[in-house]
Amino acid sequence: MVSGKGIIGLKYLGKNDIEQIIETAFSMRDISRRSVKKVPTLRGKTVVNLFFESSTRTKTSFELAAKRLSADVVNFSYASSSTSKGETTIDTAKNIEAMNPDVFIVRHASSGIMELLSRHLKTPLISAGDGTNEHPTQGLLDIMTIRDEKKRIDGLKVVVAGDIYHSRVARSDIYGMGKLGAKVYFFSPPTMITPDYESLGARVTYDAKEAFTDADVIIMLRIQLERQAAGLFPSTREYARAFGLNDQRLKLAKPDVIVMHPGPINRGLELSSSVADNQEHSRILRQVENGVSVRMSAIYHTIGEGHEYTDN
Amino acid sequence: MKNKIMDATAIERALKRIAHEIIEKHTAVPITIIGIRTAGVFIASRLADYIRQFGQVPVQTGILDITLYRDDTALRTGRAIVRATEIQFPVDGAFVILADDVLFTGRTIRAALDAVMDLGRPKSIQLAVLIDRGHRELPIKADYTGKNVPTADGDAIKVVLAESGSGEDAVYVMQKGG
Repeated sequence: MVSGKGIIGLKYLGKNDIEQIIETAFSMRDISRRSVKKVPTLRGKTVVNLFFESSTRTKTSFELAAKRLSADVVNFSYASSSTSKGETTIDTAKNIEAMNPDVFIVRHASSGIMELLSRHLKTPLISAGDGTNEHPTQGLLDIMTIRDEKKRIDGLKVVVAGDIYHSRVARSDIYGMGKLGAKVYFFSPPTMITPDYESLGARVTYDAKEAFTDADVIIMLRIQLERQAAGLFPSTREYARAFGLNDQRLKLAKPDVIVMHPGPINRGLELSSSVADNQEHSRILRQVENGVSVRMSAIYHTIGEGHEYTDN
Repeated sequence: MKNKIMDATAIERALKRIAHEIIEKHTAVPITIIGIRTAGVFIASRLADYIRQFGQVPVQTGILDITLYRDDTALRTGRAIVRATEIQFPVDGAFVILADDVLFTGRTIRAALDAVMDLGRPKSIQLAVLIDRGHRELPIKADYTGKNVPTADGDAIKVVLAESGSGEDAVYVMQKGG
């Protein structure tokens, strides 16, 4: 399932696929931690970063991942693309496909565009985020970070808090962690979620106490300041007070709770500085490290075909 | 056709002999043995036990996964499982002995050499195998060999070790068309 078609959303991956990608990612992390951070596996393969929406960290993370596997990387971003000249997304992708890449890494502002693109392209596709739909590699790195820490996913209480409605991270998290048996809570102002998010398998709550009590994992989402202008919350201070994570709320959670955030963080808004910098609980920078590993694994499983061999 | 060419006693005798040879040749301690996943790991750990037993010398063992270093990933279909390399000591300056069950084309060893080199700069690397079945495609040879087995190219050698859960120790030759 992973191989051949790529990874366009955790919605489409099975439990075994997810576990295999995560397991491989741990081996990939060992490579990133040694002094020679490169293996020859994908020598001669070409990875195209096709970013229709600006992103620095995700693109860099994918680029490092591809390079550590010895693939060649070409970056193609919106600012320098022909979409500004009126070309459609499909035409742009097909043009680049004609140059024989081995995998596309695509980010796009339109939700659901990965399904459309994968129907038109023969080259496998890894989504780097589409609109408010999914950000599968972020979901995978969240799962890896939790697995690393808790050794399991099944049965854990995972709280995803913030602007759920606009969050592709929240959706990938619920698809992925749901399949692995986590109890996922969405904690959000009523203006940033709809009750039918429960149909994805999460419990929706507006009550901080219910959300954070006995949590094993808390994932805070970035609040985009422009949402305030749209009237989704009255003021940043009010948001921080009602929905942010601070030391006091952290005490409701389990003593060994870990705090995660897809970044970039708004200090003092969704996350207080003391929580963000809390070495004991915060795993935000570990997530960034794991992001490269998970993306190495995703690229490897998408284009590095092979199977367990015995050549005796 | 399936032909048993080694039983538990023969395997034990071969590995014990290799252990003695290693003790004889190695003055540097600890002796470093790195097993190539999967069967090489069992070979490495048995050799380490024998060396400790006979030589009273310290031995360190590691596990090498070479999946990412193979030269034929593009020729195979399906997904390869990448397992962890577990080497908890610096390989810089070490006298490394690679251990595997069967030496055939030499491509696995080529990959293993690259994988070890990426971890550091060992002083030397030697190779110990239970079976050398010939048909080398690269200029690689074993320093310690349990048994030389002449085979046809299409034959397969199957090494069964108790550690893999089989409950028996044996080496079989599976002849083509059998």
